Amino acid sequence: MVSPSVFRILRAAALAALLLPVAAQANEGMRLQPAPINSHDVASLQNGAKLFVNYCLNCHSAGYMRYNRLRDIGLTEQQIRDNLIFTGVKVGELMHVAMDKKDAKEWFGAPPPDLTVITRSRSSGAGSGADWVYSYLRGFYRDSGRPTGWNNLVFENVGMPHVLWQLSGQNTLEKKVFERHEEAEAAFIAAKTLARLDKVNESGSDGKMTTRYVLNSIVPGKGTMSGVDYDKAVVDLVNYLDYMGEPARLLRRQIGIYALLVLGLLFIFAFALKKAYWKDVH
Amino acid sequence: MAAAEKQPVTITCAGPLNGVASGLLTWVDQRFPLMSSWRDHLAEYYAPKNFNFWYYFGSLAMFVLVLQIVTGIFLTMNYKPDATQAFASVEYIMRDVWGGWIIRYLHSTGASAFFICVYLHMFRGLMYGSYRKPRELVWIFGMLIYLCLMAEAFFGYLLPWGQMSYWGAQVIINLFASVPVIGPDLSEWIRGDFVVSDATLNRFFAFHVIAIPLVLLGLVAAHILALHEVGSNNPDGVEIKANKGADGHPVDGIPFHPYYTVKDTLGVVVFLMVFSIIMFFLPEGGGYFLEYNNFIPADPLKTPPHIAPVWYFTPFYSILRAVPPMFNSQFPGVIAMGVSTLIFFLLPWLDRSPVKSIRYKGPLFRAALTIFVVVFLILGYLGTEPTNVWGQFGAWLGNADRATVVARIGTIVYFLFFVLMPWYSTIDKCKPVPERVTW
Repeated sequence: MVSPSVFRILRAAALAALLLPVAAQANEGMRLQPAPINSHDVASLQNGAKLFVNYCLNCHSAGYMRYNRLRDIGLTEQQIRDNLIFTGVKVGELMHVAMDKKDAKEWFGAPPPDLTVITRSRSSGAGSGADWVYSYLRGFYRDSGRPTGWNNLVFENVGMPHVLWQLSGQNTLEKKVFERHEEAEAAFIAAKTLARLDKVNESGSDGKMTTRYVLNSIVPGKGTMSGVDYDKAVVDLVNYLDYMGEPARLLRRQIGIYALLVLGLLFIFAFALKKAYWKDVH
Repeated sequence: MAAAEKQPVTITCAGPLNGVASGLLTWVDQRFPLMSSWRDHLAEYYAPKNFNFWYYFGSLAMFVLVLQIVTGIFLTMNYKPDATQAFASVEYIMRDVWGGWIIRYLHSTGASAFFICVYLHMFRGLMYGSYRKPRELVWIFGMLIYLCLMAEAFFGYLLPWGQMSYWGAQVIINLFASVPVIGPDLSEWIRGDFVVSDATLNRFFAFHVIAIPLVLLGLVAAHILALHEVGSNNPDGVEIKANKGADGHPVDGIPFHPYYTVKDTLGVVVFLMVFSIIMFFLPEGGGYFLEYNNFIPADPLKTPPHIAPVWYFTPFYSILRAVPPMFNSQFPGVIAMGVSTLIFFLLPWLDRSPVKSIRYKGPLFRAALTIFVVVFLILGYLGTEPTNVWGQFGAWLGNADRATVVARIGTIVYFLFFVLMPWYSTIDKCKPVPERVTW
């Protein structure tokens, strides 16, 4: 039984909330930076696999990917066993993690998603899934307002802390406020680091609406890697994730070319056959 | 007794086994209408000689049907219709089954290819009046095939058990909940649960792999039998049977085999080239053939911000969204969507034009068909996007979403194409139809 006074308090709170200055924020532009990955670069894929099992595969599973599939990227089973398996599982097993989903939900607010096909699911009109992950892993910044102490420019209020922070250093966020859209747009285009432009509609206590543009950009921190090296490491990791999303991709394209060649040959015969038969249709 | 009167079959081409083969064929033919079926449907089925580009899509649709059935059989060998295993089993097919990814991409690309072929096949019918007397039943069987195909695609789309699979099914099944009085019970009966769940997945699997394909195959047989009874239409809309030669065969007709079998073989090869380019190099079709969200396993607790059906349903989905709720019910929208698909059945009786083919129809019909196609494409595009995709109109129109307003106008135009057809097809200025096909 809820007493009527509780309702009164709630109603008063709701009214107060309505009267307070409200800021409505709209995402004007998030520039995903294109990931310069190369699925033929075996060294990059191998380094990516190493980063993946070291940094990601503690919380995130890759539950549809088998360790021994990594032979695709030029590793032997022995190399995989010695360098990439830390849990003692067999080389033919799937990349599972020990973390319990329920615990994970309690710790992070949501269980860390499986990463096997993450680049495929993160594709959108804004860019490929690889672009998204590439930008995301470089979009972390310090935010004392978050439980983990980290926030992300690409995925706001994400539950994941910045796992690679020692490598990248502690990035911070710089906010610049613009009155005019053109200026904001110009600054957005000129931004040297990952940036996002927000349109903020504020209604003051007088009820008047004002529109402002906020440019959020990352200010790089100092880590064990230089900025360029960190970006390169992320490229390798994303390259690996992209490969893992569809291990058959390179083979697929290869077979596709053969298929088209065969069909091209078949076309010549089919065309000649049709011509030969139809020459007596008048 | 009829079988005993049949002539022995003789094979005339040279070869050492001619005698044996002829004997075997005679034996079969006396017990089964082998040679007569061969003659009636292939060797002596006379089709007009003036088929153009648009006439490839019937045989291509049939080719894709076979492709879907064959790849479907192989997928079924490794797929698990179980809510806890379905998503993983699809990835298992993509990774661990030898050649699995080819089979899966053939099937997923094939689904879209099927609809492309069928839509173009239907458009051909609209252009050349192939639904007109005496081909009303051919058209009706074709429409039933189309409805089956939609059901087949809908049931099949749940099987990968991704987010779009799950929420798409949820949205569509919830449409039935808007039926007055029995709605909630009806949707629960369809799902077999209070939400889309393992029970739903299992029954959808049953429908997808056996129930609908059986009906589909039967209807395809009926479609072709009906067609071969009345004969094929052609781009001129001239009845070739009205002009027969001394041998009793239509003067403008040619035997389906070998003429159209070799021509359609060429069509299949070209189709396969286009199909291969998509399947091997763009299997996701830019997110239209395989939706990106469907690479996230179904989560009943997390509704995706934007739920869009696969592209082939989107014109009808647009119509559904365009109709505003009335009396606090979405039912009018559901009715509009249902009618928008079923109204095609009435075409043979809505078109009152004295001529069949668009070649001889007047400007009114040509304009109407052009507008209809444009509207169909616009509605299709809008159905893939959220309703705010084009922003809002100003206060003068109540800040309405532009896309919604366009979809509403489009919906009205869509229906007007059919409703006004008896009128504009009657008063249209048609051109004289030639005696024989133009060649």
